[in-house]
Amino acid sequence: MTDSPIFDRIKEEIAANDVLLYMKGTPTFPQCGFSATVVAILTRLGITFKGVDILRDQELREGIKVYSDWPTIPQLYVKGEFIGGCDIVKEMTESGELQELLTSKGIAGAA
Amino acid sequence: MPIEKTELETLVRQAFPDAAITITDLAGDNDHWALDIASPAFKGKSRIEQHKMVNSALKNMVGGTLHALQLKTSAPE
Repeated sequence: MTDSPIFDRIKEEIAANDVLLYMKGTPTFPQCGFSATVVAILTRLGITFKGVDILRDQELREGIKVYSDWPTIPQLYVKGEFIGGCDIVKEMTESGELQELLTSKGIAGAA
Repeated sequence: MPIEKTELETLVRQAFPDAAITITDLAGDNDHWALDIASPAFKGKSRIEQHKMVNSALKNMVGGTLHALQLKTSAPE
């Protein structure tokens, strides 16, 4: 089934937020180390983002894994593009690639 | 769920026979693994594509049986 309400919801949310993080818990209270790591990175870079807590919504939790074709949470979307999970975001931050990507997409950070 | 290091290594080697593989047990419980895979098979692929290749190699256990997997992939020069 390519059309489903959950995919529509996800598409809308991804389109409505420049930087969107599907995570466990909230940015103030992450419920998993991997999610907390990505939150810390985005916060340190001064990036405004929306955190979506998939723990509160089982349908979303399963739906986002199918939508992204990615088996784990957290999942970072920037301007509608799936960037990756914790490992990828960490690597890209260390190499400076994430900062470059955000700048090239017109997303300002405090750094 | 825990998995033996040998089982993990076998699965990775099957999919990436010419890779340099480092497997680290992060918590000493066979349940928190860090995988570092350097393989020419990753050349020219995005990180997401590289990770998806590893996910397939691990028979899609990632997220289920393997819920805590740190993954580092690279293509040797």
